[in-house]
Amino acid sequence: MSIQGGQNPASEALAPPFAEAEALGSAETPTQQLWRTFRKDRLAMLGLYVLLALLVVALVGHVLTSFWPIFDPVTVRLPDKLRPPLSPASSSLAKDLLPPFHSYPFGTDEFGRNVLARMLQGSFISLSVGIVAVSISLAIGLSVGGLAGFYGQRRLGPISIDTLLMRFTDVVLCFPTFFLILTVVALLPPSIYNIMIVIGMTSWMSTARFVRAEFLALREQDFVTAAKALGLPEWRIIFRHMIPNALAPVLVSATINVAHAILTESALSFLGFGVRPPYATWGNILADGRSYIFDAPWLFLIPGAAILIVVLAFNLVGEGLRDALNPKLRKRSG
Amino acid sequence: MADESRELLSIRDLHVDFATDSGSVSAVRGIDLGIAAGETVALVGESGSGKSVTAMSIMRLSEGRVAAGSIHFQGRDLLNVPAAELRQIRGGQIGMIFQEPMTSLNPVFTIGRQLEEVLTLHQRLNARAARAQALELLQRVGIPAPERRIAQYPHELSGGMKQRVMLAMAIACRPRLLIADEPTTALDVTIQAQIMALLRSLQQEFGMAVLLITHDLGVVAHFAERVLVMYAGKIVEQGSVRDVFKRASHPYTQALLAALPDPLKPSARLSAIPGRVPSPSMLPPGCAFCARCAHAFAPCAERQPPLFAIGPGHGAACFLKEQ
Amino acid sequence: MWRFLARTIVQRLLLLVVISIVSHTVIHLAPGEPTEVDAMNPMMKAEDVARIRKSFHLDEPIHLQYLHWMKDLGTGELKSFRDGLPVLPKIWERFLNSLPLFLCTTLIVWTASFPVGIQAALKRGSRYDRSTTFFAYTLISIPGFFLSYLLILWVVRTFHLPVIGLRTFGTDSGSGIMRVMDRIWHLVIPSLMAALTGIAVLSRYVRAQMLEVLAQDYVRTARAKGLDEDHVVYGHALRNALLPFVTMFGLLLPGLISGSVIFEQIFAWPGLGLLGYEAILARDFPVILTLNFMAAALTLFGILLSDLLYALVDPRIRLQ
Repeated sequence: MSIQGGQNPASEALAPPFAEAEALGSAETPTQQLWRTFRKDRLAMLGLYVLLALLVVALVGHVLTSFWPIFDPVTVRLPDKLRPPLSPASSSLAKDLLPPFHSYPFGTDEFGRNVLARMLQGSFISLSVGIVAVSISLAIGLSVGGLAGFYGQRRLGPISIDTLLMRFTDVVLCFPTFFLILTVVALLPPSIYNIMIVIGMTSWMSTARFVRAEFLALREQDFVTAAKALGLPEWRIIFRHMIPNALAPVLVSATINVAHAILTESALSFLGFGVRPPYATWGNILADGRSYIFDAPWLFLIPGAAILIVVLAFNLVGEGLRDALNPKLRKRSG
Repeated sequence: MADESRELLSIRDLHVDFATDSGSVSAVRGIDLGIAAGETVALVGESGSGKSVTAMSIMRLSEGRVAAGSIHFQGRDLLNVPAAELRQIRGGQIGMIFQEPMTSLNPVFTIGRQLEEVLTLHQRLNARAARAQALELLQRVGIPAPERRIAQYPHELSGGMKQRVMLAMAIACRPRLLIADEPTTALDVTIQAQIMALLRSLQQEFGMAVLLITHDLGVVAHFAERVLVMYAGKIVEQGSVRDVFKRASHPYTQALLAALPDPLKPSARLSAIPGRVPSPSMLPPGCAFCARCAHAFAPCAERQPPLFAIGPGHGAACFLKEQ
Repeated sequence: MWRFLARTIVQRLLLLVVISIVSHTVIHLAPGEPTEVDAMNPMMKAEDVARIRKSFHLDEPIHLQYLHWMKDLGTGELKSFRDGLPVLPKIWERFLNSLPLFLCTTLIVWTASFPVGIQAALKRGSRYDRSTTFFAYTLISIPGFFLSYLLILWVVRTFHLPVIGLRTFGTDSGSGIMRVMDRIWHLVIPSLMAALTGIAVLSRYVRAQMLEVLAQDYVRTARAKGLDEDHVVYGHALRNALLPFVTMFGLLLPGLISGSVIFEQIFAWPGLGLLGYEAILARDFPVILTLNFMAAALTLFGILLSDLLYALVDPRIRLQ
């Protein structure tokens, strides 16, 4: 089952009479072609800009809150608790407790902590949880899928490698993912690394399937046979020739998985199992804000809106990539 | 050209455009085509010449937009008839079969259901009459054991048989015109011959006119009475099959015929046409074949040549033939 | 075909056993024991701890613990660590609570997604299509609990109506019709919230499937036969587009347990998800293991059901 988007009817009708004609003439690399198609999707480009902005904010925020603490996410300022956004700091604060510019652009929480500072810190952590988790899942998925696709027919005793790996994938798929993550995270000592690892270890399955399918198709193609005829060692064929070609659906699912990882992390924090204080992730700012939803709604709305925007951006970029890669995939297999 | 008032199908100055990422592209750039009742006309061309688009546009099945021109069938303006009338014509008075029999039948319905659908729709037969008629049709198109086949699904039939079923569906209501869009391209050579023979016999029995779209000159020679050669969206030569094959006048037609391997000279070098079909988004102002033509001269690159008469009913769009 | 079916069932059962062993191992390997939950309680003496450990077999090697679990589960005597009460009745009671929520959510998702998705495919590129696409993406991206709290906030502030829980406090003494309506009201809001993401995802998928099917050759053939647009779309195209969804139906089953943790927490709905959550907090192994096991069993059963349904519905598979 696939969730690939439909084709543009006009270009479908275009394919038979003009395929040959169109195929001539443009001398772009596939990457350039991808970029050109991607650029036309305005929503996807919007998502990309948001993500780039997020990257900048996360890195800058990390610097500003850790190495050179202009914004300190941890400072408790009891006189200033639960201030709404854009309110100034009260004059009774000690000098070293004052926030930069003497104001709180995002308000303060129940301990008087600067919400902007916490959001900045959280951006870096939420983003890194997403990226690290997905990197782990990519590593596992590519290995499992690649091995199953390439060496699938070799047998280990009574069963083939392909069957073994795919049954293994099926077993892991049978576990109720969120429940499992919850169980493991709750039982292990609380740590951000545990969360990253667990999310990574429960989201590799779809990547493995895509990679296996691509490898199965690629294995039959002539360039692999040619590489073998030239005497290239197998690992080189896999890594330098096949994997780059198989990356298309993997890239799409990786992008969407980062979005999913960020949502999962926030759900875990909501249930109380996420990253522990004093570290701030958007998830636990949101969870903390839950108690004050009627009195200080900004504590809840700001991190929620931030998660929404970032996850939406990832999803848009992922879908844009999928649409941009789709016609290319069709031409390649046609 | 045949007398317009007697013509069954009359296409005049047809232009069809497609919207692409890089703007509007013209697939058909002004063609005239006429078919008289009972006539067999072939429309020949390479991939990309616009022949399929022309055929699909007749019943408004193309995804392109008719930018200009007219299509008249039995005096009615097909491009402007109301939808209900068009639906009545489709399948009822004009039948069409397509290139890919493997994917042209709905995989989740039985052959019988798909065949009876046409009969029930256009002839208002009840279920029993439709079933009986369907069996007869299957018999007529040469499917053995039709009582067994009628309850089967498309994936249980071979490509050739599927194409026969498509033919049965297309002629079920005795249409005046059958449009066959590359009906044998996707089939094996031996099956091709069978299907074309079937087509001929059906045509003779029902007295249908046939518009055959193909790139196979051999099929044209055996089957058609008249032929129109298309290149890059325009007709470059037309006439009776005899005239066009024996006295090919347009350089493109000549090159096509020359490219056919001669069985009497098996070791001779195959002659190909140098160059490539131009992309429809990058067409030159003059004759589209100019860049590949061995006989190109001054006016070819500047203006598009109209059809010049060579003999009765025989014309070529080439400045060389301008008298 | 029956032999194939029997073979699949046996394979799945084996898989189930493997999964139960794996989950058992994973959970027991994790640090933290039920006795440690209450470690701060000064009333727990060493002998009490030892007694508890013994009665729950916690001192025995892991494979024996597994066998104990399986035996107790089979005989229905499995007891919870938390309060010593039998596990299965607890699960059953919570299941009865989760079931209406699950059914209501599924109903909403499946009845809303198809019209939306089909229309979006038919009117591809129109304003309807673009706005539903954008809404779908937004709904997929929004954290479920965020949206739920926003809705609770709005409903409570604007309408002054209670939203949390199975029923409004105090309605037990009301009339029959009022109780029923109260129960329905309390059911609808969480179902709606839980359904929104589902609608977003499923309608996109429906749209994609419809677009793919509409581009097929046989749709063109149907038009060439003179069928009107409704027949072409709803008769020929839809029948093909629906095929993969029939199989998805079977895969919904595991959602009964795993899908609801968050929403049950927000709306204080005493269902299976909440049971699992509480069990995890209390390190209540038997309950956690059983729920995990049941979820896996449901998944496998769901897959089996999907395969069966697919074979029934697609003539290409049926006649193998």
